[in-house]
Amino acid sequence: MDGTKCGILFEGKKGDFIRITSMEIEGVMRRRLLDLGFVPGAVVEVIRKSPLGDPIAFRVSQTTIALRKEESTRIQGELIQRD
Amino acid sequence: MTDTFRVALAGNPNTGKSTLFNALTGLKQHTGNWAGKTVSVAEGTVRHKDKQYRFIDLPGTYSIFSNSADEEAARNYIIFEKPDITLVVVDATSLERNLNLALQILEMTKNVVICINLIDEADKRGITINERLMARRLGVPVIKLSARNRAGFPLLLDTIDRIVSGKITCEPAQFKYDGEIEAGIASLEPFVKEVVDDRISSRWVALRLLDGDESLLNELNERLKAKEETVCNLS
Repeated sequence: MDGTKCGILFEGKKGDFIRITSMEIEGVMRRRLLDLGFVPGAVVEVIRKSPLGDPIAFRVSQTTIALRKEESTRIQGELIQRD
Repeated sequence: MTDTFRVALAGNPNTGKSTLFNALTGLKQHTGNWAGKTVSVAEGTVRHKDKQYRFIDLPGTYSIFSNSADEEAARNYIIFEKPDITLVVVDATSLERNLNLALQILEMTKNVVICINLIDEADKRGITINERLMARRLGVPVIKLSARNRAGFPLLLDTIDRIVSGKITCEPAQFKYDGEIEAGIASLEPFVKEVVDDRISSRWVALRLLDGDESLLNELNERLKAKEETVCNLS
């Protein structure tokens, strides 16, 4: 599991560590996500999923942040570790 | 005769801005341990040496690009109300995220002091911070403190005193953007300078124009209009 599998954050399983590669979000929302630490190169841990799978809680630079499907399907990353 | 200076406190949610504010001013503004607790702007006064300081506790934000009312309030205060000094309170245990806001504020205003709070917590976790190196890189004073233990306060107040009395000058590090953006700034800045008075950073406004920040444009429009009306009334 070493950085070969690419996908979107929304597909992450609980316990996954994903390195962000790119973001297809524009405008204020992009700015907001960058400010919160969703930057290319950052490693994000999938903390937990809601019963219906949306939203999903991610841990990014020591803080847990929940993203809706609208956002997490538009952030690409590579799986670097799966528990 | 005493001079009064305004000192604004900015920072991410939960970095201890309000704790610092209360400890400095002796007020007991209610603080809670969750993000966005500070909703309105609180003020308190501190006397140090021969000067008086009005501290303003701004809402905690991760950014100041007007995604929410909190951010807009913090941004408008810093850019339009022009505090004499802005303290950026950052969390010693999570500098990475906190410095994002610090850099944004360094872009807006000159007299900034970075307060690295929760330094006792960082010590416990084995985090050491080289504040001198940070100060050199950022071009402004960087002070370690622990608001809940009142550690670092004398140095903070002295630094504030030395800035307002001109013994220290702040030279905030300016972020260099890529060629295209810098070219955009260069072509916009002269026009921006004509419109905003010298007290607002024309580089910063030019950057926001490139961003397409409409809420700032509206705010600028309104404030300029208000100013024109006062000028007309006077003449």
